[in-house]
Amino acid sequence: MSNQIIPVVVAAADLHQHLATLKGEGYDFLELLTGVDWGEEGLGVVYSLTKTSDGTMTHVKSVCADRENPYIDSVTDLWDVANIYEREVFDFYGIKFLGHPDMRRVFLREDWQGYPLRKDYDESSNSDICLEAEPISDMAVKYTIKGDGTLHEERTPIFTDDDYVVNIGPQHPSTHGVLHFRTALDGERITKIDPHLGYIHRGIEKLSEGYTYPQTLALTDRMDYLGAMQTRHALCMCIEQAMGVEVSDRVKVIRTIMDELQRIDSHLLFFSCLAQDLGATTAFLYGFRDREEILKIFEKTTGGRLIINYNMIGGVAHDLHPDFVKDVHAFIDHMRSKKVGLKEYHDIFTGNVIFQTRAKGVGVLTKEQVISYGCTGGTGRASGWHNDLRKLRPYAAYDRVKFNEITFDEGDSFARYMVRMKEIEESLSIIEQLIDNIPEGSIQEKMKPIIKVPEGIYYSAVEGSRGILGVYLESKGDKSPYRLHYRSTGLPLVAVMDTACRGSLIADLITIGGTVDYIVPDVDR
Amino acid sequence: MFDFEIVTSWLHEALTSVMSEGLAVLIECVLVGLGIITLYAIFAMIMIYLERKVCAFFQCRLGPDRVGKWGLLQVICDVLKMMTKEVVNFRQTDRLLHHAAPFLVVTASMVTFACLPWNKGAQIIDFNVGVFFFLAVSSIGVVGILLAGWSANNKYSLIGAMRAGAQIISYELSIGMVMLTMICLTGTMSFSEICDQQATLGWNIFRGHIPALLAFVIYLIAGNAECNRGPFDMPEAESELTAGYHTEYSGMDFGYYYLAEYMNLFICAGIASTIFLGGWAPLVIPGLDGFNAAMAVVPGCVWFLAKVFFVLMLLLWERWTFPRLRIDQLLKLEWKYMLPMSMTVLVIMALCVSFGLTF
Repeated sequence: MSNQIIPVVVAAADLHQHLATLKGEGYDFLELLTGVDWGEEGLGVVYSLTKTSDGTMTHVKSVCADRENPYIDSVTDLWDVANIYEREVFDFYGIKFLGHPDMRRVFLREDWQGYPLRKDYDESSNSDICLEAEPISDMAVKYTIKGDGTLHEERTPIFTDDDYVVNIGPQHPSTHGVLHFRTALDGERITKIDPHLGYIHRGIEKLSEGYTYPQTLALTDRMDYLGAMQTRHALCMCIEQAMGVEVSDRVKVIRTIMDELQRIDSHLLFFSCLAQDLGATTAFLYGFRDREEILKIFEKTTGGRLIINYNMIGGVAHDLHPDFVKDVHAFIDHMRSKKVGLKEYHDIFTGNVIFQTRAKGVGVLTKEQVISYGCTGGTGRASGWHNDLRKLRPYAAYDRVKFNEITFDEGDSFARYMVRMKEIEESLSIIEQLIDNIPEGSIQEKMKPIIKVPEGIYYSAVEGSRGILGVYLESKGDKSPYRLHYRSTGLPLVAVMDTACRGSLIADLITIGGTVDYIVPDVDR
Repeated sequence: MFDFEIVTSWLHEALTSVMSEGLAVLIECVLVGLGIITLYAIFAMIMIYLERKVCAFFQCRLGPDRVGKWGLLQVICDVLKMMTKEVVNFRQTDRLLHHAAPFLVVTASMVTFACLPWNKGAQIIDFNVGVFFFLAVSSIGVVGILLAGWSANNKYSLIGAMRAGAQIISYELSIGMVMLTMICLTGTMSFSEICDQQATLGWNIFRGHIPALLAFVIYLIAGNAECNRGPFDMPEAESELTAGYHTEYSGMDFGYYYLAEYMNLFICAGIASTIFLGGWAPLVIPGLDGFNAAMAVVPGCVWFLAKVFFVLMLLLWERWTFPRLRIDQLLKLEWKYMLPMSMTVLVIMALCVSFGLTF
């Protein structure tokens, strides 16, 4: 099964029209927007669109030949998530999106010189250590093109003088990482949120371009640290499929089990941190107590707890520990027990009237909104969007297990919470179906000492702990990727915060932030 | 029952025999003041240790267990650490108000602490409108919190302080209503008389039966809110406002808030045991003289502390079980449910008393 994609090339002038037509044909989910520097050919963007009805994808490519002053029409009017994606492309490639309401840098400092993912970027143009405080602009920039073909720049203030702006973050207990929300308040009511990202941006995509393929794997665990298994799975799978390597059944099953354990791990941490954010400290520790069991299972087999380094190109790093099956059974029994595990969470937290009143009807997102914002995972499913890749485009061993895709229609914080709690049960059931009949076989395919992916563009995605985790890989046939781009699960979730929180109270910001469940290292990459 | 007044009058006589009346009173005042401060500090330390251990056991943890046996010296180390920490001054704060605020909070809590009846005859502030005095003095604390929020020049602090103001002033109404209910039953506002009555007639919670029980429940909820304790810890709400009104405080200035918070909890429990559970009064069942005599053997201060720690455990249980409310839910709870309820309870109590339906 090849995962090669051949994008349809569309001239920059027709791009908006073409994409609008595709959207009308049912490709209503902008899964990925990747900026690429094709050198001589110019700078450009690849749009990856998905039909929400059946999960089929199409890819559209557009190039602007003028490297000095590149611009493309913005598609923010078609998909809300394009707003943050286009800012990311502007940040790294300097492509200006015409009509975008807020064309600021998103990850890098505003005084950054040059565009680092361009192939001709001069690394000496920025000093190694910045000694000045980071300037934060209060002006949103909008570029439009005038009749005579010149760019017109229009600046509008993000906040007015009357706004009472509170900084939630970068150091704040409830932002789940180093994230900064500039929050305008009216009393306790939120009128606007401006997310300010990039505090832990490490340039993983840029770094990967200088690494060999096995080296790029090392960085994946450091993105979504609660989805380490799945992120690495996605990258390994992308490279394997690109090279035409078929992994053994044993590896597929092991990867599936590990992905599901990781999902439970992530959801338990979600539960714990949400409880902690809402002031229920006791529930927090219950969740962490049980999560520890998963970490122990990981540790026995892989040696790692958070940074696991388990999946390899062509297989996995180690065979399962002899206790693995026994430990997993014990964990499943513990979680389903009538006294502890999930039962206890529901007793102390889910059923609590304070939690219910704080979560029900708070931060409602409609199905249209989550699709437009690309909020996959539990956040999307809580609004009734069937986006589970394990069902839509099955991979690894998901086609041989029975499980339900949990969806709710309410779209509020409580639904988002319940989706995760139910998914723990589904994940337990998936693991249970596989654990007793892990096929025998090789855990590692024989790979060449130097791995070279054939020339082309490849895209693979897995269902991460908090949504679709895609890997866009462009290769020129070298031992390093030409362009490696990850579909961050968290970036759309951060982008939706403004919409979800407007009109709510500060306390609701915490509830909503907790339930949409973003992880900042994955947002920033 | 041992009357502590024997000790105080002996001391007074011994002092007046060698010096003038005025000097004797002055010395007594100093002694009493030292006594309050010592007790205040000791109980604060006990409370901190208790809370850390109790919440640890609620949460399947061990709590502090490294410093000293069962971590007993942990609190002492914490206090030492707190006292040696630097007090950081920020450039754009209102220096005077910023440093005055913790003193207001701690003073209010110390004066209310002095209202507690520890034993028969062992009460520091006691006069005929004691309950009224207690309510008045305890409201000074909120001024300190508002000042802290205002003077720090920090948006988190300001929001926290405004929440605290709204919350404490609202819940004071319920507390006032509950107090009125019980005064209606006892017919006196003096803490010592309230206790004396309960030593002979039985505890108020039994004497006042249904309305008193309802009042007790309302008091526990409102008292917890008054102390800014979870689930009502909105002014601090560490996951929203980092630390609320005391965000900008450090060192001992912060320590005072910490101290006052714990002691307010103790005082809240102390007042609950005084007006509902008899204060220092032993368990009395009118008619059973032998039983009453046996109960009276146990010293009053033991009775008092036992009741206080019983109420404290109820408050800790509540604190470590529930998530935090939201500010609008908190105010709705008070103004829409608790206040009308406490008014109704007051009316029921008044009817019970006037028709002689109390014991």
